[in-house]
Amino acid sequence: MINKISLFFDEKKQFNESRFIRFCIRLFKEKPLGAAGAVICVLFMLTGIFADFIAPYGFNDINPPDRLQPPSWTYFFGTDQIGRDVFSRIVHGARTSMIIGLSVACISIFISIVLGVTSGYFGGKFDMLLQRIVDAWMSFPDLVVVIVAVSVLGPGLWQVILVLSLLYGIAGSRIVRGAVLAVKENDYVNAAESIGVSTFRILIRHIIPNILAPVSVLFTTRLAAVILVEAGLSFLGLGVPPPEPSWGSMLSFEGRSYMFQAPWLAIVPGIVITIVVYNINMFGDAIRDLLDPRMRGSGGQKM
Amino acid sequence: MQGYFLRRILAVIPTLFFASIIVFMVIRTIPGDAVDLIIKSSPFMEDSAEVRKQIEADLGLDQPVHIQYVEWVSDIVLRGDLGNSILRETPVSEEIKQRLPVTFTMGTLAIIFALIIAIPIGVYSALNQDTIADHVGRSFAILGLAIPSFWLGTMVVIIPAILWGWTPPTRLLPFTDAPFRYLVVFLTPAAILGASLAAVTMRMTRTMMLEVLRQDYIRTARAKGLKETLVVTRHALRNALIPVVTLVGLFLPYVIGGTVVLERIFDLPGVGQLLLLGVMDRDYPVITGIFLMIGIFVIIANLLVDLSYGLLDPKVRNQN
Repeated sequence: MINKISLFFDEKKQFNESRFIRFCIRLFKEKPLGAAGAVICVLFMLTGIFADFIAPYGFNDINPPDRLQPPSWTYFFGTDQIGRDVFSRIVHGARTSMIIGLSVACISIFISIVLGVTSGYFGGKFDMLLQRIVDAWMSFPDLVVVIVAVSVLGPGLWQVILVLSLLYGIAGSRIVRGAVLAVKENDYVNAAESIGVSTFRILIRHIIPNILAPVSVLFTTRLAAVILVEAGLSFLGLGVPPPEPSWGSMLSFEGRSYMFQAPWLAIVPGIVITIVVYNINMFGDAIRDLLDPRMRGSGGQKM
Repeated sequence: MQGYFLRRILAVIPTLFFASIIVFMVIRTIPGDAVDLIIKSSPFMEDSAEVRKQIEADLGLDQPVHIQYVEWVSDIVLRGDLGNSILRETPVSEEIKQRLPVTFTMGTLAIIFALIIAIPIGVYSALNQDTIADHVGRSFAILGLAIPSFWLGTMVVIIPAILWGWTPPTRLLPFTDAPFRYLVVFLTPAAILGASLAAVTMRMTRTMMLEVLRQDYIRTARAKGLKETLVVTRHALRNALIPVVTLVGLFLPYVIGGTVVLERIFDLPGVGQLLLLGVMDRDYPVITGIFLMIGIFVIIANLLVDLSYGLLDPKVRNQN
């Protein structure tokens, strides 16, 4: 008996593995741009994780004699007005972006699933009430909500993560709810209900696995949006406080007057943000096309 | 038709209610006591329990929370009173009103700009699906979503200045004195904001066009020998653009967020600048006042979009 069970689990594991590998192969074959996006995403994560080993200098090593040096072999992306190495700051900025991006994406997806699944599956008055609150919440612009929240809570890494998670978590629940409404109508859910499967089990075994396609797309779009909003917030001087490096704050107003003599200060962080966000979006689009059977083939192709 | 309008208008009431609750909650969580602030700001007041009680009663802070909420809302609805700026002691509603034209002009120009670029490209992309032009157009659209507008703004200021010593005009003269020069100042920031909006609009136009072009009535129109340009403009585009109109409503929060950043870069005295000033000065009535106004504006604008949707789409108009 025990052997049988363990055998079953082994098979299942193998099945999952091969499914993942098959997915990767399809990604590279059918969506070369999406695959390139995936590679850049992985590089971005690795840069964030191993920032200390990649960066040749500390992100806050001030070296006044070498101030405003143009890009060279010693300083790949040049130095800023107090002689800090721009390359090292970009590498450490990747870590800040990654920490905020991933934690917000994870927490907000969790909030979206909890709110969206309960609201979509149970419906009724609770759903009505929650949807009106989501309506109200979504009528405030992202950036304005974050600015107001930071002005009340004070700037800092945790405040930014908390506010953005709540912001995108509530907004995303709308998308999860829509997916749940569609899945709920399936015969297998009815069948499970009619043989008396507990609600919790239906949610975990039947509803949630079937909304994973829109959820994984939501995850990548959130990751990209969070990186952009965090950069914008830091640009306005309301993000993670210095000396912690952030791509947005590297473009902020303190360095503005130096950018005319040292344009690399302005050019490099912007290009890095663009490349990372662009590739996350490409990767997300590829996942959506591959996971959604309706998008297959050119007949029903949408975007 | 009237039923549709009525239902839409009634549906806005709970949304407005919850939006006001959100703003009220922000006001309640503001750090530091309002009483402390007042005592600190006026040197003639002594810090005693009696004085504190008096101020609390004046501000209505001794009342239960729900009564405070009702009073706050009725101040806004009946008198348009958003409170006074702590720093300048002018009414917040007055300050917003002064700066509104700048933000409004920039937002409107940006939306116009986005539609002008996006709709032709979107239609062209859909008509030439999966050709090189289509791929190029779509790649640019995704790129437009990835470039941060604050960086694009910075580049537009810095690069021409370095290369040719040219900077975009930012000095704002009154509109009535020189209407043309007034608008010219907005062109660069509005174009930058419009570019990122154009990306979304273009994708949406393309998707809708592709969907509409597969409909039976398009085939019928072609089969009866109608000219292709007429098929596209009269039959396809008119139907494809209906959802694009809703998109403009969904844009609004994004447009407002964008104006905050671009007003900062181009130093334009709009509402966004006022918000940032409020944050720097910790002038909370200014912050929450703007926050509330933006929320109400977006809700009302979306209502108008929904209503115009009813006018444009016969399917929605005649349902019941």
